[in-house]
Amino acid sequence: MDGVKLHAFWASPFSARVIWALKIKGIPFEHIEEDLPNKSALLLQYNPVHKKIPVLVHGPRPVCESMVIVEYLEETWPQHPLLPTDPHKRAVARFWVKFIEDKSPNVWMVYRTVGEEQEKARRDSSEMLSILEEHGPNKGKKFFGGDSINIVDIAFGGVALWMGAMEEVSGCKMFDAAKLPRLNAWIANFKSSPVIAENLPDRGKLCDHLARLREKRLSSSTSK
Amino acid sequence: MAEEVKLFRTWSSPFALRVVWALQLKGIQYETVLEDVAKKSDVLRGYNPVYKKVPVLLHNGRPISESLIILEYVDETWKQHSLLPQDPHARAMARFWAKFGDDKVMQSIWTAFVSEGKEQEAALAEASEHLQKLEEELRGKKFFGGDNIGYLDIALGWLANLVRVFEEISGLRVLDGERFPLLFAWLKEFSDAPVIRDCWPSHDKLITKFIALRQLHGAQSSST
Repeated sequence: MDGVKLHAFWASPFSARVIWALKIKGIPFEHIEEDLPNKSALLLQYNPVHKKIPVLVHGPRPVCESMVIVEYLEETWPQHPLLPTDPHKRAVARFWVKFIEDKSPNVWMVYRTVGEEQEKARRDSSEMLSILEEHGPNKGKKFFGGDSINIVDIAFGGVALWMGAMEEVSGCKMFDAAKLPRLNAWIANFKSSPVIAENLPDRGKLCDHLARLREKRLSSSTSK
Repeated sequence: MAEEVKLFRTWSSPFALRVVWALQLKGIQYETVLEDVAKKSDVLRGYNPVYKKVPVLLHNGRPISESLIILEYVDETWKQHSLLPQDPHARAMARFWAKFGDDKVMQSIWTAFVSEGKEQEAALAEASEHLQKLEEELRGKKFFGGDNIGYLDIALGWLANLVRVFEEISGLRVLDGERFPLLFAWLKEFSDAPVIRDCWPSHDKLITKFIALRQLHGAQSSST
């Protein structure tokens, strides 16, 4: 079988999602750490459209976009499935992945902005969480995937486990544990799963990195 | 058990049209439930409580929402006339480009249509860049799916009628044969294909609808 390489960045929740999927399925891969301010020529060649990580390269062929990569892994390596077999249950799982993808940019916006823009993003992030709490497919279960982690857990994990650092760095609270008991329990379950726990960036290092980036971004947007 | 397939749609939704095309291409018998976008039925809201939008496909009482997800469900449930390719990498590419179509192409063309001045110029330039990438994807192919219409053709099919509507109303040049010969040829091939050509909503009705939407958008953005 062709080798697998992953162009990743230690602080990125998007490359974390792919790493989790690779580790859960036990797929050996070479981790290529990208220096984001100085993206490698190879990365730009493999992802000319978005010029972003993560990029999975299987043999000679690149796959881009974290959740597209996870579906690719699922179809190529069927062990430790991340999607159910029933087509309707698969559609429900994909629905929640899309919901998370569509709404989670609000979480990054809370971190990137200030004032009214940030407040709107905070409200939209909270709404996303409320909807997941009320309608999410994890009622009475340890994970969205039931007893084991599935594609929805992976998608949401990349948001939920970065939210705390973004709240800390931006000083803006999004996750009210009292109002989100199910999601709160889910976070504890997910974080304590060995594959996840062993593949998370150090919280202190992450906050430092995000704080630095935030300062740079905010000062460059106000300077003329 | 007799199979029950219902599609909740509006007369003009390009997203619902994707599902119509898929069902027709596969020769699946279904019932249409026409919804009024201004007054959505309680039944629809019950089947799609998160977004309360069309399309919703109901198969033997089980609802599926989000057009691209419905396409995958239809493809997995009814195997005739495959929409997605068999090869996992080709499937990943189709999903990547469908996401690009919705996130980038549709966004930029819509912004160009509803905005003015510098904002419109910038959106048009962005749209051209994105369309150029689709143009390259068509190289050596009649359809995005190869010799036959597939998932990506259906996902991008909205380009074939809505761009003409936007161009007619705004006088903008978005997708012309000079700059995008392959895409331009594809628009015609796709539009005229059996099954596809019988499903287009009324051009005149679309003109009326989008003139009103554009005015509404202009009024909303100019009021402070």
